[in-house]
Amino acid sequence: MYCDRCGRAVVDGDHTACARARELEPPRYCALCRRRMVVQVTPTGWTARCAEHGERTG
Amino acid sequence: MADILAVARTQVLEQGIGLGQDQALDCLRLPDERVDDLLDLAHEVRLRWCGEEVEVEGIVSLKTGGCPEDCHFCSQSGVFDSPVRSAWLDIPSLVTAAQQTAATGATEFCIVAAVRGPDARLMAQVREGVRAIQEAVDINVACSLGLLTQEQVDELAGIGVHRYNHNLETARSYFDRVVTTHTFDERRETCEMVRQAGMQLCCGGIVGMGESLEQRAEFAVQLAELDPDEVPLNFLNPRPGTPFGELHPMGAVDALRTVATFRLVMPRTILRFAGGREITLGDLAERGVRGGVNAVIVGNYLTTLGRPADEDVRMLADLRMPIKALARNL
Ligand code: SF4
Ligand SMILES: [Zn+2]
Ligand SMILES: [Zn+2]
Repeated sequence: MYCDRCGRAVVDGDHTACARARELEPPRYCALCRRRMVVQVTPTGWTARCAEHGERTG
Repeated sequence: MADILAVARTQVLEQGIGLGQDQALDCLRLPDERVDDLLDLAHEVRLRWCGEEVEVEGIVSLKTGGCPEDCHFCSQSGVFDSPVRSAWLDIPSLVTAAQQTAATGATEFCIVAAVRGPDARLMAQVREGVRAIQEAVDINVACSLGLLTQEQVDELAGIGVHRYNHNLETARSYFDRVVTTHTFDERRETCEMVRQAGMQLCCGGIVGMGESLEQRAEFAVQLAELDPDEVPLNFLNPRPGTPFGELHPMGAVDALRTVATFRLVMPRTILRFAGGREITLGDLAERGVRGGVNAVIVGNYLTTLGRPADEDVRMLADLRMPIKALARNL
């Protein structure tokens, strides 16, 4: 599993700051494969697409 | 030496003449214990010269990322190792975004593209998008598409784009520390063409990028020289992978001091809280709206998220500040 903000492995270091930042950011990396996702932010939400693992929305 | 707030009360509040650069610097240097007085004066100035209404706007990114320019604050530059990838928004989603924005009570919807300036493909997309929004949504459409040619300025004015955003970003004397791929004067030229074509000019920038207080005062005055209809004020939100990614966000009191000072330099402009507000000010945003600001961006930004629009709408209601209604003057 990877951190969806910084793309490093979840077990690699501390991601507390990433988690805090994520409250005001969409994810950028796929948590399953760490590919950079194509992310679209709209006024009320976001969609993030991994070429391999599909779409997440928030 | 006369106290700067006493001077500003006469010059700005009573006579409507904005502060000059040295005067702005005096405001930016006021000690923390005088910031409340500064904000109160800025609020009086705003009420006197702009009225009590607050303008609400939503923005959306039509084309995200992959920009060839190197603005050091920007996660959408393709020059840096930023995690933001290129994306295009389709027209139906653009219209939906405009509808969601209008539903909050907003009167402005700004379509933004991360480009140096528009190419034929982007202009075609904008043409189609603006028309689709105008047909489906009752909202003013603004654009922010980078540096423009005269033909592009004329075309955007011709299709009914009501306001164009192009920021100076920072003071002239600090510009080359922030951007090296285009110049301050190139930015200024686009702003001037926009004005001459009769579109409203929205021109602001970002504070907290390492500029000095002198440069912040310089920047305020350089904006005032363009006499923009709107000034969006962003606070640096350090983005991973960008050259400014390791800077610290500006402190809240400094941010408020800056907001109030910009108001005293530009008594009549629409002064908008833009990006970075949440991380810099948190709940103190409310103090800014009682300290010179009379416009907000609601909802999300281009690549980052804002607080939900209804929280801002509720904040304005609690402050008994009416939201500006749509005035069609076509
Ligand atoms: S021109 Fe705009 S999108 Fe491109 S790097 Fe500069 S700020 Fe970012
Ligand atoms: Zn992380
Ligand atoms: Zn994946």
